[in-house]
Amino acid sequence: MRGKGLWLVFFALAGLVLATVGLVVGSADLSLHQVGEALAGRGEETVRMIVLQVRLPEVLTAAAAGAGLAASGLLMQTTFHNPLAGPGVLGLTGGAAVGVALVMLASPLWQALPVSRDLLAMAAALAGAMAVLLLITVADRRVGDGVTLLILGVMLGYLCSALISVLQAASEAGALKGFVLWGMGSFGTMGLHRLPWLLVPVAAGLLLALTLVKPMNALLVGEEHAASMGVEVRRVRRTSVWVTGLLAGTITACCGPVAFLGLAVPHVARAFLRTADHRLLMPGTILLGGTLALACDLVVRMPWAGGMLPLNAVTSWLGAPVVLWVLLSGKNWFRR
Amino acid sequence: MKEAWDPLQARDLAIGHAGNVLADRINLSLPAGELTALLGVNGVGKSTLLRTLAGLLPPMGGQVLIGGSPVQALSAHERARRMAVVLTGRPAGMLDVETVVALGRQPWTNRWGRITPADRAAVDRAFDLAAAQDLRHRTLATCSDGECQKVLIARALAQDTPVMLLDEPTAFLDLPNRAAVVRMLRGIAHGQRKAVLFSTHDLQLALDLGDRMMLLCAGGALWQGTPQEAMASGVLAQAFNGSGVVFDAATGTHRFTG
Repeated sequence: MRGKGLWLVFFALAGLVLATVGLVVGSADLSLHQVGEALAGRGEETVRMIVLQVRLPEVLTAAAAGAGLAASGLLMQTTFHNPLAGPGVLGLTGGAAVGVALVMLASPLWQALPVSRDLLAMAAALAGAMAVLLLITVADRRVGDGVTLLILGVMLGYLCSALISVLQAASEAGALKGFVLWGMGSFGTMGLHRLPWLLVPVAAGLLLALTLVKPMNALLVGEEHAASMGVEVRRVRRTSVWVTGLLAGTITACCGPVAFLGLAVPHVARAFLRTADHRLLMPGTILLGGTLALACDLVVRMPWAGGMLPLNAVTSWLGAPVVLWVLLSGKNWFRR
Repeated sequence: MKEAWDPLQARDLAIGHAGNVLADRINLSLPAGELTALLGVNGVGKSTLLRTLAGLLPPMGGQVLIGGSPVQALSAHERARRMAVVLTGRPAGMLDVETVVALGRQPWTNRWGRITPADRAAVDRAFDLAAAQDLRHRTLATCSDGECQKVLIARALAQDTPVMLLDEPTAFLDLPNRAAVVRMLRGIAHGQRKAVLFSTHDLQLALDLGDRMMLLCAGGALWQGTPQEAMASGVLAQAFNGSGVVFDAATGTHRFTG
């Protein structure tokens, strides 16, 4: 346990290094000294602008979104006892996307409301993710078999994108462009003033996820055994589902439907930590999720990519091979 | 107080699920220090009875009492400190054995599941009692069915409860392993003064190694007594009547007829 704990330190350090690189590197290269000065509120006005208004929010967004998606993936994998569970696969991000599409594409409907569009999109994304989650939970009670559940999630995802297509066909060009950009995923659109809307729910979700480590461990030996060891299984499942919805919904609203991070990071964390013990795996997954998201964001911002590389392309390049490796290498932690 | 109650009792218990009563008016008592075998043909409700006693299914009527308290009135946590359960089915394979057995300490550990030296000692003792020390550093995926069963029993022992319920612990095992598991359960019941109940299809093992027997018959009647009484009373011959199995009360053995 202690030796493995060193991995957590390593993940955190790697994250800090990547975050620093993220503050330094970009369209205008700054020195470490300049960044330090800007963070302390000194130095040139333009440098301060770049660091505090653009790069710091982007770095914090990436770290928070990666950590939150990874944690929600781990919660779903354990709760549904399924290695392929994740916010994307089970249709959660699809549900959230429908909510966002309704707000962004059917804007005339909302004009009368005295709420900002961003806040509305956030609420709609949360509602969409929760709706899909509730459906999944009810279905899981009925079918109780992982493959059927996955198929259901994938089908819900298709239904959601069909619904979005209809909305897209009926919307005007400006709104459509905004929505398509959102759909590619980005950590760079939050800005300093909107940052708390992401950070506060994600921080709350991560803390709640950490309080679930003990019952999540018990669930590894099956729900009935967990119940016989003192776990209030229904309450734990419900909490896990709500926390997942809070994390995935908030992050999808802010950063778009970011692909694969939620599904893949827990597997990478298991491969490093070589344990299924959530006391180690949950913090490890959270730290690694933040770190890998920072890495993906750096790739997106590479000068040679011209800043045009969609985030989802990068996370898919990372995530899809991991999933294939899990399936083909026998590293399936849920195999009996 | 402790002597006044058998650790596990059922009063006028009705079992079943989805509104379907499988058996009712069940009165039973599991004494400490004895191994009780629960027998009955497939579908008669053995697993349902076991799960109802374990508090995993709600009773359709009547009460299950652990140490005198109704099981439904206890929190899952309180229940887990009094009764450990081993069910059929293998947990996920990449778990290592040590972790699985340590999970048995959950009702006793703090909210993060921190293992104290006292917990470590209990886990160690559980490994000894289940004769599973040699499996300690393996993963479940590398364990045979018999070894896996030992690990799950060690986990239940680590829970350190006066009552232990096991659903068909000998299913899927070969003859020597079946004997080894039941002999171990007998040793645990006698040595640790636990009330141990296991459901099984192994009539011979139940007769030879069990202290008591319960026979759940089609229609929901529950016969209880010692193996000697079971042989003498003709209840076994009756239970298997016409099924192609002949029970010989004189020798306490059964044969299959063609």
